Amino acid sequence: MMSTPVTGERDPRTTVRVLAPSGMLGAGFPAETIDRGIALGADVIALDGGSTDSGPYYLGSGTAKTTAAAVARDLRILLRAAAGAGIPLIVGSCGTSGTDSGVDWVAGIVDGILREEGLDLRVARIYSEQTAAALKERLNEGWVHPLAPMGDLDAATLDGCSHIVGMMGHEPFEAALRAGADVVLAGRATDTAVAAAYPLMMGMPAGPTWHASKIIECGGQCTTNPRTGGVLATIDQDGFTIEPLDPAAACTTTSVAAHMLYETVNPFEMREPAGTLVVSDAIYTALDDRRVRVEGSRFDLAEQYTVKLEGARVTGYETMSFSAIRDPHILAHIEEWVALMHEVHTGRVRQTLNLDPAEYAVDIRLYGYNAVLGDIDPATGPPREVGVMMLVNAPDQATATAIAKIANPLMLHLPTPDMDYLPSLAFATSPAETERGPVYQFVLNHVVDVDEPTDMFRIEMGDSRD
Amino acid sequence: MTDDRRPTLGEMALEVRSKNAGPFWVTMELFMRTPEDYAIVADEDFINEEVVARLYDLDPATIQIFRIPSLNVVKISFPRPVAQGSLRDRDIHAGQHHVPLAALVPA
Repeated sequence: MMSTPVTGERDPRTTVRVLAPSGMLGAGFPAETIDRGIALGADVIALDGGSTDSGPYYLGSGTAKTTAAAVARDLRILLRAAAGAGIPLIVGSCGTSGTDSGVDWVAGIVDGILREEGLDLRVARIYSEQTAAALKERLNEGWVHPLAPMGDLDAATLDGCSHIVGMMGHEPFEAALRAGADVVLAGRATDTAVAAAYPLMMGMPAGPTWHASKIIECGGQCTTNPRTGGVLATIDQDGFTIEPLDPAAACTTTSVAAHMLYETVNPFEMREPAGTLVVSDAIYTALDDRRVRVEGSRFDLAEQYTVKLEGARVTGYETMSFSAIRDPHILAHIEEWVALMHEVHTGRVRQTLNLDPAEYAVDIRLYGYNAVLGDIDPATGPPREVGVMMLVNAPDQATATAIAKIANPLMLHLPTPDMDYLPSLAFATSPAETERGPVYQFVLNHVVDVDEPTDMFRIEMGDSRD
Repeated sequence: MTDDRRPTLGEMALEVRSKNAGPFWVTMELFMRTPEDYAIVADEDFINEEVVARLYDLDPATIQIFRIPSLNVVKISFPRPVAQGSLRDRDIHAGQHHVPLAALVPA
């Protein structure tokens, strides 16, 4: 089944080509860009399946942000391509947050595709979920340390998490590949480890490998037209070269160098479990009008190998209500209106539900006025119309909805203090209230010292269909 | 421009953007078009920790500023003022937090 690479002159020990189809599994890419990457001699396909960027809900609930049909569409193309070329397919942070349920969800989709397509690929699952009990032992032994801006961890915080994952480095991927996996589906991993695992296993140097892996972790984001598909990174002993998979797209020295800025606190240094990528001396050179060469990246090994933790806990249950105001008089006095809303609503909740404000929380957002930026908004002047979103957070769903329903007549008829009649405002939907279910918060930003990079992760090798 | 108003950084720049850098940090960048415009925004008398702290209602000691002449970029990072996805977080990806910075007008 292993095919001979089309660019037959290269030696796989001196060069490794990583195909990054897109920034996230399920985001989509043109199918022909994958064919192009294979034709260019890709040695591995690496793809990120998740992120914390869309908020704590996905880790807290152990569910995916992406829809199964979109994940299956991407995977079908990638599995066919990987099988055809005889190269591994690696997916990290499966199911958005990398919970065990996320890995199993993606594995179920992969299994269905392999059967439908008659493909014989061995699938490894790597689980990254952690128990509070095991982490409390490490906490007591002094192995857990906070990352800025968090403080020290206490055991109760671990107990309160609905899910905790550890971010794996490249080592568990390498272990799965060495055990014979054709497809590796991993729980939470650093975005870069997914792409770095195979080149490092093949002996590529750490500096260029980690730097290339950071540049390609968002697929085409490092090109001048991110919507046209992913990129191919060719890593060798001295550096790496990056080019877009779409022949019409381009990587420029600026588009590549600027990607070190994307979603990073520090654009020059990036910590991985094993050490720190340092790119302050990297030199970016245009090879032609669409390929960029990068040399001078460094990877400094850390004295202590650390695994970063992510955890989320339920903060309550939310109910949302949404109304809108167009009346110019109310809009000219919107601050007085919202102050009156809080005052009357708080009183009605106390009167009817016997609840003190400390027992629940209400956020009223004035979309069209200052909902997004609040007090730091630089703009002034009366809005043309305002959407009023009321979010209620309470310890249970029924209470949250009761509090929101008590606001219903106010969201419909509340005047400004100087009005001597009741206006009727514009509810957007019927019913006005939407139950949002449990809501979550990230509560961990800590690392654990580990002796072995694979210690916290569990690899399950699937059967070959042979 | 038809009026004699001085341009904002948002008008001068190729792009001003903001985004989460993990759940606990916000980062934003001013991508300037020329080394001359970069020199304006890289001037520590114009943009510094105290100025950013006033714009975003922060403790100046928590702010990190990176000046990158090779890209004509000034990058600013600080801890997220509101926990991501919490009841009072109105910008889950922190993608609209560049606006106060982009509204600055150089002297």
